[in-house]
Amino acid sequence: MATTAATPTFAPPAAASYGQTGIWSWITTVDHKRIGALYLYTALFFFLFGGLEAGMIRWQLALPNQHIVTAEQYNQLFTMHGTTMVFLAIMPLSAAFFNFLIPLQIGARDVAFPRLNAFSYWVYVLGGTFMTVPIFFGNAPNGGWFGYAPLTTMPYSSGLNIDFWVMGLQILGISSLAAAFNFITTIINMRAPGMTLMRMPVFTWMSFVVQFLLILAFPAITIALVFLLFDRFFGTQFYEIAAGADPLLWQHLFWVFGHPEVYILILPAFGLVSEILPTFSRKPLFGYNVVIYSGIMIGFLGFGVWAHHMFAVGMGATADTVFALTTMLIGVPTGVKIFNWIATMWGGQIRFAAPMKFAIGLIALFTIGGISGVMHSSPPADLQQTDTYFVVAHFHYVLFGGSIMGILGGIYFYFPKITGRYMSETMGTWHFWTTFIAMNLTFFPMHFSGMLGMPRRIYTYDAGQGWDTFNLISSIGTAMLILSTLIFVINFLKSRKSGAIAPNDAWGAGTLEWSIPSPPPDYNFAEIPVVTSRYPLWDLKHPERTAGIAHSAPDIMTITDAHAVPVHEETGHKTAAELGIPMPFNTVKPLIAAAALVTMFSGLLFMHKDQFAVAMTITIGSAALFVGTLYAWLTSPLE
Amino acid sequence: MASAVAHESHEHTHYTTTGLDNRKVAIWAFIGSECMLFASLISTYLIYKGKSIVGPFPHEAWTSPSGQIFKPILNIPVTSQSTFVLLMSSLAMVMALDAVESRGKPGYVGTIKGNSKFWLAATAVLGATFLGYQAFEFTSFVHEGLTIKTNLFGSSFFTLTGFHGAHVTAGVLWLLTLLSIDIKRGLTPKDALLVDICALYWHFVDVVWIAIFTLVYLIA
Amino acid sequence: MNDHAPHADHQHEHPTWKQYKWVALWLTVITVFEVWIYYTPFSKSPMYAPLLLVLSATKFIIVVMFYMHLKYDHKLFRALFTGPLIIAISTLLALFALFSHQAIPQ
Repeated sequence: MATTAATPTFAPPAAASYGQTGIWSWITTVDHKRIGALYLYTALFFFLFGGLEAGMIRWQLALPNQHIVTAEQYNQLFTMHGTTMVFLAIMPLSAAFFNFLIPLQIGARDVAFPRLNAFSYWVYVLGGTFMTVPIFFGNAPNGGWFGYAPLTTMPYSSGLNIDFWVMGLQILGISSLAAAFNFITTIINMRAPGMTLMRMPVFTWMSFVVQFLLILAFPAITIALVFLLFDRFFGTQFYEIAAGADPLLWQHLFWVFGHPEVYILILPAFGLVSEILPTFSRKPLFGYNVVIYSGIMIGFLGFGVWAHHMFAVGMGATADTVFALTTMLIGVPTGVKIFNWIATMWGGQIRFAAPMKFAIGLIALFTIGGISGVMHSSPPADLQQTDTYFVVAHFHYVLFGGSIMGILGGIYFYFPKITGRYMSETMGTWHFWTTFIAMNLTFFPMHFSGMLGMPRRIYTYDAGQGWDTFNLISSIGTAMLILSTLIFVINFLKSRKSGAIAPNDAWGAGTLEWSIPSPPPDYNFAEIPVVTSRYPLWDLKHPERTAGIAHSAPDIMTITDAHAVPVHEETGHKTAAELGIPMPFNTVKPLIAAAALVTMFSGLLFMHKDQFAVAMTITIGSAALFVGTLYAWLTSPLE
Repeated sequence: MASAVAHESHEHTHYTTTGLDNRKVAIWAFIGSECMLFASLISTYLIYKGKSIVGPFPHEAWTSPSGQIFKPILNIPVTSQSTFVLLMSSLAMVMALDAVESRGKPGYVGTIKGNSKFWLAATAVLGATFLGYQAFEFTSFVHEGLTIKTNLFGSSFFTLTGFHGAHVTAGVLWLLTLLSIDIKRGLTPKDALLVDICALYWHFVDVVWIAIFTLVYLIA
Repeated sequence: MNDHAPHADHQHEHPTWKQYKWVALWLTVITVFEVWIYYTPFSKSPMYAPLLLVLSATKFIIVVMFYMHLKYDHKLFRALFTGPLIIAISTLLALFALFSHQAIPQ
């Protein structure tokens, strides 16, 4: 690789520039980059865990009439596979990038509320553990990731399984909401001088949209879950059909959350791809404004399409028509992005490094998933496809082919920035091609098994229904996918220790995060840069690429911060103390607050056994601990 | 965008892009999110309005199969009073913010207008009074035979107003915290933001009640 | 959280003491009117609910504009509040419409 041959300006051993080491420094950290790294490791762990759950599912379905797992175990496996991948893998993988990248891309030294950031992470990791551990005791949630009530109410699901799910999602919701308020404030308020909204990197923009989706989507599921919790523990009747309750209440509230959630999962990957494609095409993103506006459009329209998940429940012709039309409409801004990416590559000097391969993989695979999605938007077609493997094929093309491909590309792309070392390109190429082939092998046949009528969520099936071959191919694909992920894990772990040393600007990209050392020092920017364009580093190094882009002309900036200087490559390697930059203190309070919060919810589990006193003691006790910690936290200085 | 205002800190300056304080941006985003929370609760209440199979009902009398007669359960006169109390608490809240912001200005020194402790305490007391009304309302409903388990109306009513009450409770605790800071060291115009964000939250809880009062109590 | 001593941005106008009292008076008057009308025969009229919705929307708006001083504050806050509020109200109306329509007659 050409870039690695160049002598790096300095070669710090990975992580040394963080200044502090040791496990306590990680537990108490408030540094957004470290929290980002924690998110990355934890989410990758859950990604592997969810993948193994999928492996069990496909093992069971490889051949007809297998009984490797029981029906009950199968229910727990598909529920936890979905829940893990959505809430514990993809969302936190995106959060890893939000944490690591947003401050670097906008030229900030940290997020707006560093301690709240640590709190979000700890709530996530404790909540994820809370929800995952029961599977080892055969008590994992078993109602599907959508948890349809009244099936999840006490008369139909009397075990602790659903309680873990209800409480787990509430906990994870708190983590996501806290993080979202933090990033909204960070993006609005922490941008470097001159970093106007229309100069922000596309990843930051897409993240910005996602934060609004989070703060508006999560309240709906929070309330739906509160109703379910009350029904289960306090005898309310929200989902009690005999009392006159509407069986669709849960479905509506869940999908009011659930559809924006789909965009919460995909938009960060779109953002990452929009960083990767221009870099490896050596050409600015085609139609930056259109990409941004279509992202905002997707965000808005995302709240008006939820009932297309419910065509089969019989909402009536009017509702079906309205939601079919809005669903077709939302395909437009999504399609626009695809063409923008293709046009970005058009005429570029393309370098097919690993991140670029995954980015192109996303365009190809997401398009397939997008098109089968538009097929579902037609209610008559949807009635044929709903609850069959066709839908499973569709959303795996979108979530694996879209989100995961984008995130993997992002990991290859930003690994040098995070660790100071490149990942192995050879293994990356192997990883890409095996993933690409295995992914199609797994999910493409599901279109056919679905069209042939194979329903979702059946734990086994009889031979001779025309599904056997397709299922076997899917299962072979999954085995391959597990092996290809193994290549990735080895590459990740090996490159962290012995990858080629990366310079500041590992790939010749144009945005701010590449102007500082890899890995970045704890203060990020020794001097806050004044930004005058969308690709400030290209203005410095490749002015021919950015000539003629609106918003790229240098303008007169009022430099209000005494330390603000023009964009430049930072090569110095001083500590924050030497530079006189005040850094936030490490603190363990966010972890204590998170632990108290999770204990508060866990206490309610005792309600299940009608141990009201125990439940209330634990819950009220930890609520008091939570409030106390919060007071101590808010009254102690940040730095 | 360039209208940056430095934020005074100990020795160094903190730059924010918009010149606005981070905490105020965050509280508005939080309030935006709360809109959706209460929209979900109110939607459910409205969806279930008139769907209860057994009484008591909010606006209609009900005779149980055993012949027992239940009056319409909502007590408009009492709730009108508590609504008024909450509206007045918002007035006290703006007075408190005004007193802190205008500390030391002529017309504020030594007058009731400038007494931020009084206004903070008044807001908290009015908030607590509202909670008292709510406790009275809840207990009298239970006596009249409506609990959270009785019917869909009971479930959705108690959950909606209970969530609102929990928000008021959090607000009262917040106000008492500000009051204790004011007593300990005195809030100065530099602390106005602390009062401002609490006030925004408090008024938001108030406007939610304005919506609830009309949708739940007055429109049958 | 950010614990720096705050420095409120006073470039913008503020509602005044007098306005605060006027707002309180209007809120009281509207509330009294709402309750009064509840007890009149007009409460059976089809115009009753729309009227009440308008009145409470008025109260909502004046509290937000004056007490939450959105009228005088940075336009960013207006966007942060009205955007989510619009989505919330649209969702509420959509849900209400969806549930008041019975697709399958019972």
